[in-house]
Amino acid sequence: MNLFEIKSAGALSSIQDAGRRGYRRFGVPSAGALSTPLMRIANRLVGNDEHAPVIECFGGGLHLVVREGSIRVALTGDATAQFSREGTKTPLAPWRSTTLVAGDELRLQGSGRDRAVTLAVAGLDCPRQMGSAATYARAGLGGQHGRPLAAGDSLRAAEPPGTPEQVLRKPPAIDRGASIRLVAGPQADFFDESALARLSASEYRISSEADRMGMRLEGPPLAHRDAASREIISDATVPGSIQVPGNGLPIVLLADGQTAGGYPKIATVISVDLPLLALRRPGDPVRFSLVSVAEAESLARSEEARIRALLAAIVPLAEDGIDLEALYAGNLIGGMIDALSPEYRTLT
Amino acid sequence: MNPRILDVGNTAFTVEFGNLISPALLAEVNALDAAIARERGNPAFAGIIETVPTFRSLTIIYDPLATSRETLESALQGLLDETEHAPLRAGRHWRLPVCYGGESGPDLDHVAAASGLDTREVVALHAETEYSVYMLGFLPGFPFMGDLPPALHLPRRTEPRVRVPAGSVAIATGLTAIYPWESPGGWHLLGRCPVPLFDARCPAPALLAAGDRVCFEAVDSATCSTIAADCAAGRIDPHRWCIAEATQP
Repeated sequence: MNLFEIKSAGALSSIQDAGRRGYRRFGVPSAGALSTPLMRIANRLVGNDEHAPVIECFGGGLHLVVREGSIRVALTGDATAQFSREGTKTPLAPWRSTTLVAGDELRLQGSGRDRAVTLAVAGLDCPRQMGSAATYARAGLGGQHGRPLAAGDSLRAAEPPGTPEQVLRKPPAIDRGASIRLVAGPQADFFDESALARLSASEYRISSEADRMGMRLEGPPLAHRDAASREIISDATVPGSIQVPGNGLPIVLLADGQTAGGYPKIATVISVDLPLLALRRPGDPVRFSLVSVAEAESLARSEEARIRALLAAIVPLAEDGIDLEALYAGNLIGGMIDALSPEYRTLT
Repeated sequence: MNPRILDVGNTAFTVEFGNLISPALLAEVNALDAAIARERGNPAFAGIIETVPTFRSLTIIYDPLATSRETLESALQGLLDETEHAPLRAGRHWRLPVCYGGESGPDLDHVAAASGLDTREVVALHAETEYSVYMLGFLPGFPFMGDLPPALHLPRRTEPRVRVPAGSVAIATGLTAIYPWESPGGWHLLGRCPVPLFDARCPAPALLAAGDRVCFEAVDSATCSTIAADCAAGRIDPHRWCIAEATQP
């Protein structure tokens, strides 16, 4: 038996996977990981199916201890974490897998420039409800008894794979200032002619009202065509829908967003850029640009090729312990990784 | 009239049949939904993840790695002809218990005052009207039902409540609904329905479906609590409030 206990769940840590499919018609949101690329890479690092359940952590604060056996874990994203064994604390680097044994503790200290990071555990054992383990707390679905993780929760995992620990030597370069691409509609015609231009020419800021359901943006208000255009007969929404209520300030729906709504939707964030937007933090700036449906479909195909190349680049950590390539890659990106630091060695 | 196709990013699009709430439009939505479900094995329709029927439109959600908007739109053209003049699917009939007023329905007095009726008249009017379920959405299992008698038409509350209790029976504009979960909400609360509307263990987890017909029966608060407890303990199957099964048109 391999068992670990949550000592603290931090701000919000929940079990997520690729989400539910086929239940939006019943009013059930897809839920699932805000960033599927982070989920897929983390899973592959620990030897899981790419779409297996992972723990999504908002900010730092997650603290877990291995109670029985051993578990293999991997963090993806801009994570800072520490691992302690027999009183010795060492940094736990993201983008690699690490095997923890009974008594070891893992502390996630922060999610850096992002709102959330992902922690995969090899063979994390969680029940599926309606085809998914994704937590959707409002209806008590998935996760740990239908809720996010809480201190005292015990989770089970499979025996760590017999293969060596794995590393992604060149983590994906994330352009956190990139403009977020949109397809206009479905109700762009409910807005003043200048509204779309204003949306794509202005800088918005993510407000403090941002969670897994959606994020409210602050910036120049978008004018509806007239008073009657401030509401529609409720129709379907998707993750990425940009609703604009009467005050003119956009709300972007995310994984847990409601399945239908009565506010007109000026545009939709394209699938490739939604994880990038979802990971931005309150206060971060956002710029938008418009693309066509065909362009957005083609971008989805090239992004998939990029993710597959990243997954294919995951390799075993060098047996001798020090992985120079990883150090160089780390230095290129972070600019301050100590070449002698132990993060990129196998733990023996 | 040809439906409009609306862009919903690169993973969905919406087929919109019109811009009003009416049983005729609902029939077209449901007919297209059923036609797409029938084509599930047809390679031309591969890549559809799910469809979402609403009052007057159907949203088709697809995997852009498995198909394209262009492919699906042309595959759909053939189905659109058969949805015109489709008959409304005859759903099941339900009579659901509701405890009106008091703590269960804090807005009953306000609704009575605003509509110039006394509270007994509001209750009678609300309970005895037979509603159609137009769609599910907003929350898991949340049924949008209509049409409300014109005397009860009120705009939404100007100050939405932060917390509407689960089971609340509410009205706004021409519609009535039951909140299956605690949630924020801007509708007027008339009462509480103790019957659970959502069960994740069922293949169709929502108790009600689009096309079903619903009326209400006023019960006192003790009966309401008993029913809630019996349902929670599994002693009562919520389907007992189904008074007639669906009939084939």
